[in-house]
Amino acid sequence: MADVPVTDGDGVRRRDFLNVAAVSFAGVGAVAAISPLLIQMSPPADVLALSTTEVDISKVERGQGIKTVWRKQPVFVRNLTDKEIAEANAVPLSELRDPETLQQRTKAGHSNWLITLGVCTHLGCVPLGIGEGENKGPYGGYFCPCHGSMYDTAARIRQGPAPKNLFVPDYNFTSPTTVVIGAKG
Amino acid sequence: MSFSWAKPYEPKQPFMRWLDERLPLPRVVYGAIGGGYPVPRNLNYWWNFGVLAGIFLTVQIVTGIVLAMWYYATADGAFNSVEHIMRDVDAGWVIRYAHMNGASFFFLVTYIHIFRGLYYGSYKAPRELVWMLGLVIYLLMMATAFMGYVLPWGQMSFWGAQVITGFFSAFPVIGEPLRVWLLGGYAPDQAALTRFFSLHYLLPFVIAGVVILHIWALHIPGSGNPTGVDVKDEKDTLPFHPFYTAKDGWFAAAVVLAYALVVYFAPNYLGHPDNYIPANPLATPPHIVPEWYFWPFYAILRSFTVDVILPAKLWGVLAMFSSILLLFFLPWIDKSPVRSGSYRPLFKRFFWLLVVDVLILGYIGGAPITPFNVALGQFAAAYYFLHFLVILPLVSKYEQPLPLPKSITDSVLHGEGQESAPAGVKTGKSSKVAG
Repeated sequence: MADVPVTDGDGVRRRDFLNVAAVSFAGVGAVAAISPLLIQMSPPADVLALSTTEVDISKVERGQGIKTVWRKQPVFVRNLTDKEIAEANAVPLSELRDPETLQQRTKAGHSNWLITLGVCTHLGCVPLGIGEGENKGPYGGYFCPCHGSMYDTAARIRQGPAPKNLFVPDYNFTSPTTVVIGAKG
Repeated sequence: MSFSWAKPYEPKQPFMRWLDERLPLPRVVYGAIGGGYPVPRNLNYWWNFGVLAGIFLTVQIVTGIVLAMWYYATADGAFNSVEHIMRDVDAGWVIRYAHMNGASFFFLVTYIHIFRGLYYGSYKAPRELVWMLGLVIYLLMMATAFMGYVLPWGQMSFWGAQVITGFFSAFPVIGEPLRVWLLGGYAPDQAALTRFFSLHYLLPFVIAGVVILHIWALHIPGSGNPTGVDVKDEKDTLPFHPFYTAKDGWFAAAVVLAYALVVYFAPNYLGHPDNYIPANPLATPPHIVPEWYFWPFYAILRSFTVDVILPAKLWGVLAMFSSILLLFFLPWIDKSPVRSGSYRPLFKRFFWLLVVDVLILGYIGGAPITPFNVALGQFAAAYYFLHFLVILPLVSKYEQPLPLPKSITDSVLHGEGQESAPAGVKTGKSSKVAG
């Protein structure tokens, strides 16, 4: 074979081209074969089907809160008192690490309902303060027992290592006493 | 490892040199499947199937690890978790079908690999251990495949487990306690399912370990070849890479294409619809058969219908086990010094008869029980043992083999050198292959 001219003008042999073409083709096939092994790791259809949760809030009095579950994560639904609303509104935004007003974190017409994930934005523990008699922390909202993050009555981070306010999920009121978490209003 | 002209590993990159001095892993790979392993130049396509078996072992391990991420080994949850994989997990259906049919392809290429060895005398000295380690791999494959088939916990899974563990109850006195001990209960249930899952996950890695021994033992004398004549000098061999990596690569692509066709277009062709019915300990499916790759052995098992001294059931189980175990003695049963069936006119005929016999056994093992099928199965089973225990020793004693070629090179270049050389090129050079 070596005696047969197989070289183009630029020194690239036909065999080089065939090698690159064959190995690239096999490479594309290998990537295609590996992709199902990776995409299988994403949430399956039955997990995605749990993406909304309907909550009945008719039994929650002012000053009380309930813990519910959305996508296997705790959600805090809290009925704020007028005092707690006033405390939250009295804080100047310039003092906040993650500046948001209580109004931005609630729905118009339902401004006493504070609905947040019960997942600390530091490392994911469930803060205390939603249950009767739990430590609400010095700011009257939530207190995370893991690393001492403290949230105020609008569930905004005030002190401690957490970077963000407790996350407000999409939700909407389908009736005055029913809220669907996970669906946009 | 083998021949004096094997190219030593000489890393050029500084990092590879650094690595080689500390952990010579690339050196081992180079000597095993790289340019440092000289292979006879005359291998035909039947020599591709060992590499294919390795590829399918890898496919099974990779897809199996993924399936184990979603599978629940509980009697209540196993069936549903498999359906969950099929319906809800992204790409779960393709991974499960790949695993199901990967088992069939693994056995298919392994059977071809075994019959290649039978025809070309690959079990003869100095490769007896290669052959025996291969049989160990095969036995481990059978155990792994059986336990894997139980895991979906469908009707065939359950009754397969019941029947196969029932083999052990054939042994006198200890049989029934042994069966109960193996199952962890009186019938297949949670304990059996969990231990089968644990072992089904373990054994493929044991297989991978024995595969390494199999290849190691092979690389001491080097690969055999279709003439069965020993390698004499450098002219008789080619480096594994790039020659056989290229040939194995293209052939693997072709076989994987066939595999993909089955996975995508006929994924349940080799399965049984009954296994999509959840396990029911109170009702056996009307026609219960194992997977196709066990059919020949199932036929031998069912061939014994009359008690002769021992109960028929025990005879069946003993015959089935010994049909494989006797292969361990093959290197000493076939004493002919000629390896390749191509130079053994009588042996060759009986080899093909054996192939037909095993195909008949396979057909009978999967077919419904009728008087004719039972009789044909008994005849075929008897011939199987006759072949190895009587015919083969006699053939190797009385056969007059054909003259062997002087060398591998000689067998390859009987005049074709002139024909294949491009015009104007002297033929003397054509035996030296240049990239």
